[in-house]
Amino acid sequence: MLKIENLHAEIDGQEILRGLDLEIGQGEIHAIMGPNGSGKSTLSNVLMGHPRYEVTDGAVTFFGQDIFELEADERAKLGMFLAFQYPSEVPGVSVANFLRTAVNSVREKELSPMEMYKLIQEKMRFLQMDPKFAERYLNEGFSGGEKKRNEILQMLMLDPKLAIMDETDSGLDIDALQVVSKGVNALRGPEFSALIITHYNRILRYIEPDHVHVMLDGRIVTSGQKELALQLEEKGYDWVRQEFGSAAQS
Amino acid sequence: MPEDKTIQQLGLDEYKYGFRDPEEYFFKTPRKGIDPEIVAMISKHKNEPEWMLEYRLKALEAFYAKPTPQWGGDLSELDFDEIYYYIRPMENQGRSWDDVPDDIKNTFEKLGIPQAERETLAGVGAQYESEVVYHSLKEEWEKAGVVFMDMDSGLREHEDLVREHFGTIIPADDNKFSALNSAVWSGGSFVYVPPGVSIDIPLQAYFRINAENMGQFERTLIIADENSYVHYIEGCTAPTYTTNSLHSAVVELIAKPGARIRYSTIQNWSHNTYNLVTKRAVAHENATVEWVDGNLGSKLTMKYPAVYLVGEGARGEILSVAYAGDGQHQDAGGKIVHAAPNTSSLITSKSISKGTGRSTYRGLLKVHEGAVNAKSRVECDALLLDENARTDTYPYIEIEEKKVNTEHEATVSKVGEDQLFYLMSRGLSEEEAMAMVVNGFIEPIAKELPLEYAIELNRLIQLEMEGSVG
Repeated sequence: MLKIENLHAEIDGQEILRGLDLEIGQGEIHAIMGPNGSGKSTLSNVLMGHPRYEVTDGAVTFFGQDIFELEADERAKLGMFLAFQYPSEVPGVSVANFLRTAVNSVREKELSPMEMYKLIQEKMRFLQMDPKFAERYLNEGFSGGEKKRNEILQMLMLDPKLAIMDETDSGLDIDALQVVSKGVNALRGPEFSALIITHYNRILRYIEPDHVHVMLDGRIVTSGQKELALQLEEKGYDWVRQEFGSAAQS
Repeated sequence: MPEDKTIQQLGLDEYKYGFRDPEEYFFKTPRKGIDPEIVAMISKHKNEPEWMLEYRLKALEAFYAKPTPQWGGDLSELDFDEIYYYIRPMENQGRSWDDVPDDIKNTFEKLGIPQAERETLAGVGAQYESEVVYHSLKEEWEKAGVVFMDMDSGLREHEDLVREHFGTIIPADDNKFSALNSAVWSGGSFVYVPPGVSIDIPLQAYFRINAENMGQFERTLIIADENSYVHYIEGCTAPTYTTNSLHSAVVELIAKPGARIRYSTIQNWSHNTYNLVTKRAVAHENATVEWVDGNLGSKLTMKYPAVYLVGEGARGEILSVAYAGDGQHQDAGGKIVHAAPNTSSLITSKSISKGTGRSTYRGLLKVHEGAVNAKSRVECDALLLDENARTDTYPYIEIEEKKVNTEHEATVSKVGEDQLFYLMSRGLSEEEAMAMVVNGFIEPIAKELPLEYAIELNRLIQLEMEGSVG
């Protein structure tokens, strides 16, 4: 479904991704773990098409289609979704208004206002969100936890084929983390894949990954099953650097 | 009338752009430009009382004497000799929708005023070709003694009220353009709301300019008597013209003790129009005046709605939004004068600039000595849609009283790459994402407008952003 080959990307002339390979099949949940500065957020931004990043080499296909020919909105329409680490504020635009516009722009057939209203209410209830939340301006004055819940709400509304979670777990308390995990697990099934990018093992206790990858200096240096995450937690990232650091720099 | 033929011939210019109805004139001044003879002709044609003619002629002297402002925008290309100062359409005013001539109805059609809305419009004063041609007023308003008519009728039917208040808030010699308007004014609305009467449904006036080279000089006077309430709304859309045209209105509002007036405008002038408007209100004891002002289109707009808080406990609010696209300059803002104790004010100004567009906030906050406990907040926010767009802020503050509480805040923001990327990642195209950011930016103003006007405002700004409006 998603195939990344020898991906090189830079920002402001500085190379961050240095030959990254990854393949995600339909229905699979993958986790990428890595220390700060390993290129995790760059990967998520490049996959979604942030204009500030420049892809210098390699290829990424989504269901066989070269995504580098597509703008971010076209990738969204194919079923890609990014849960942002730092979602932007859009003053004056209510969450409900934003959800309506977003959902109708990725769907082939628009929802009626009543269907939309019901869908928003249903998903918000599922995520234990106060109905008043829908009337607040998008991310303006939201706490860290509210922003992340809002990202998950958008994910449930847009019902993507691939969700990329860019450190969605960082800075969350246990309650918020459980809600976020509940959202991802609700979508889990043969039609849904996820790439969970994280610094910590914590979220993987709630969302069990099929595959775990370790990222260092812009590459994936080792891959395994969920046991790898536990091993990382025990040994720390210094162990990764010792073990794989030279390989990554060669 | 023997002059009719000539006038009609004069009116049948070639229409190169925009949608226009064939212009059938009842009366049009025989030549461009302004002099005492033209002014006298206008007054005579309207059968005005002698004092109004004198007022006009005195105003003309002031117009000659006053220099063209050198601050604000560039007025060097404005040629006062190339303008017709008075045109009156052939049809007289209708009292009901059925009386409105078909070609004028067609124009309303093209302006996109939905039929349902027209029917629910409680009262429509539509200024068309310098003159209000259509008025309907709900029966209960008439029973309540509310007066809502064009200014010329107001002068005929309520001469004493008009004479008592006309030009008292904005004297003819206040500035060059108020002097010009006072000399050649025509049309506009006259509103009087008796003591204790609240009008829940806004009074609405739609109008547009429809003759090339014709200045539009409407004159509006609204008097809200003690403890009354009125919301007056005007919106206008002008088609494209081939040469510069001038719009120079004067609007005077008087809120007597305990009264509240809200005056909302959305203006969308064609891109070669000079929009030079003087708007001023006085608020007496415990009265409230609110200006809600949307400025789109025009080549240059200079407009600074003012509220003079002259009675204790009075309140003034000015909410404005301006959009300056390529080649446009929106020089707008507001003036608040605190001249009594315990008065309060709020100015919220939002501007959007794109391309070579330039938006300027120019505001005055003045607190006179003795206006103790005056409270004021001024907030101006500018949004730049690209690298070249320009915005300036000139907030003048003069405070003569020590016991006051004033706040001023100004922000400039750019539509950011991250913001657009965020919205696009949810399926919005770049244009849709930009429109969403802009609509959100003006939301604090839009939400103060009735829904159909808020939608119209958003739609107009989107059209301007797409560059599809001439």
